[in-house]
Amino acid sequence: MQLTNRKVVVSNKEQSLAERMYLPAIAKGMMITASHLFKKSPTINYPDVKRPIATVYRGQHVLKRDDNGAERCTSCGMCAVACPAEAITMTSGERKKGEEHLYREEKYAATYEIDMLRCIFCGLCEEACPKEAIFLTDRLVDAQFERKDFIYGKDKLVEKMDARIDVSKRQTPEVLAFKKVEGLKHNELFDAKKLNKGHKH
Amino acid sequence: MTAFIIYKAIMCVGIFVLLLASAAYATLWERKFAAFLQDRKGPSRAGWGGLLQPVADGVKMFMKEEIIPNVSNRALFILGPSLFMVTAVITSAVVPWAKPVIIGGQTYDLQITDINIGVIYLLGVASIGVYGIMIGGWSSNNKFALLGAVRASSQMISYEIPMGIALIALIISSGGSLSLKTIVEGQDAGLANIVWQPLGFLIFFICALAETNRAPFDLPECETELVGGYHTEYSSMKLGLYLFAEYINMFISSAVIATLYFGGYNFPFAHEIYAKLGLAEGSAMVSLIGFGVLLAKIFGFICLFMWIRWTLPRFRYDQLMNLGWKTLLPLSLFNLAATVVIEFFRGNIHF
Repeated sequence: MQLTNRKVVVSNKEQSLAERMYLPAIAKGMMITASHLFKKSPTINYPDVKRPIATVYRGQHVLKRDDNGAERCTSCGMCAVACPAEAITMTSGERKKGEEHLYREEKYAATYEIDMLRCIFCGLCEEACPKEAIFLTDRLVDAQFERKDFIYGKDKLVEKMDARIDVSKRQTPEVLAFKKVEGLKHNELFDAKKLNKGHKH
Repeated sequence: MTAFIIYKAIMCVGIFVLLLASAAYATLWERKFAAFLQDRKGPSRAGWGGLLQPVADGVKMFMKEEIIPNVSNRALFILGPSLFMVTAVITSAVVPWAKPVIIGGQTYDLQITDINIGVIYLLGVASIGVYGIMIGGWSSNNKFALLGAVRASSQMISYEIPMGIALIALIISSGGSLSLKTIVEGQDAGLANIVWQPLGFLIFFICALAETNRAPFDLPECETELVGGYHTEYSSMKLGLYLFAEYINMFISSAVIATLYFGGYNFPFAHEIYAKLGLAEGSAMVSLIGFGVLLAKIFGFICLFMWIRWTLPRFRYDQLMNLGWKTLLPLSLFNLAATVVIEFFRGNIHF
């Protein structure tokens, strides 16, 4: 019974003298390898040359400070709620007198930890943040030798005063406008105006 | 007498250094060349463009832990790589590196020694070389090492026969001398031997590949079957010696091929060019140019060795034996017979 019409009769014909000598075939093969001598290598010298990364690349997080250098994060926990990998944990602290230059609002994150092994770099924390405090950047998370070293605390996450990280490419006016759209999930969950009603600061 | 000893000492040390340096940089060039053939960049971190890579490799080899298996035969285990290295180096003794220099009326051959059985010396030392592999592989007391050693020795025996017969044909057509110096000088006056011995060259070249254990004949150390082959148990500088000696072997066989078949330090229209440049025969400049030409030829053959290695897959063991005994041996005998007939009609053989 013929199942397909794609069958081919195997050719077992005798090799010709030239084929049995193998030398022409060897010469052909060597010409192929030689032709690669003149091809451009696609290698990028990684540590010296880096491939351009998209400005919206989702790499290691940063906790932003405001223009005066005070931390923007108020430890509201929206990022931890939004995080599908449950990688974010934090504890809150209350700002004392004289710490106004350190923390922008009265409540701040006393500790803030992201487990980089749990994190899936989806960027939902960035989207959820009502204070424009957390952003993903184009930096890569470094390799570590131990799992505990992948839990990044505030020492690694909060941006340094002398090395501010530019997120203007991520935080475009369009993005800001998008975050204010009514009816978006995170706006529903956290409406600062509604929550703050009746409280006077 | 003192002058003679100094001149010989300079020659020996100079050629020893040349061998070590060229072998070291052959390892780098091998990796670079492989990378170019595969659209990669090769080692480029150590030094400018990776030029210090051989130094880094050497330091690494020296720093590694030295392991001698306690089931091995300790004395032979150490003797193996040493013997391999020594035989690799002493092969260079009969290669004429450049035209003799005349200094103060005294002629100095740029060759360590011109023995009248140079070709036989080459074959002899090359076959002692396999003892280094055999001793190393056997004394390791390891199945893989032993298999590698057995393969190396039988491969060496199989390929030495066609190699020797190809050389007999070469000697017949180049005037009957076994001295490498005479063979080279014969090619200065006439054509390079390749013209009269194309088939002989092919046989000799294939056998040289096999004798130096280069791909596609690298069965003694094929990683896919034998872990590391004969040097499975070796570590540190002893392994380094094996790997290093292999590159020296490659350098020497390139030099021998260039000398026997491609005119050594001679090149076409050499005398016309020297006359045009106003260089007297026997001056240091002429020798230097000749040495450069020989080095260029050696470099070309080293590249060819590497090119073949990075193109052809390894033989199966039975294919290796078939090629040696059923193809190369009859072919070399045919070549010998044909040479005798041709040389008889050229008038070079007299009864």
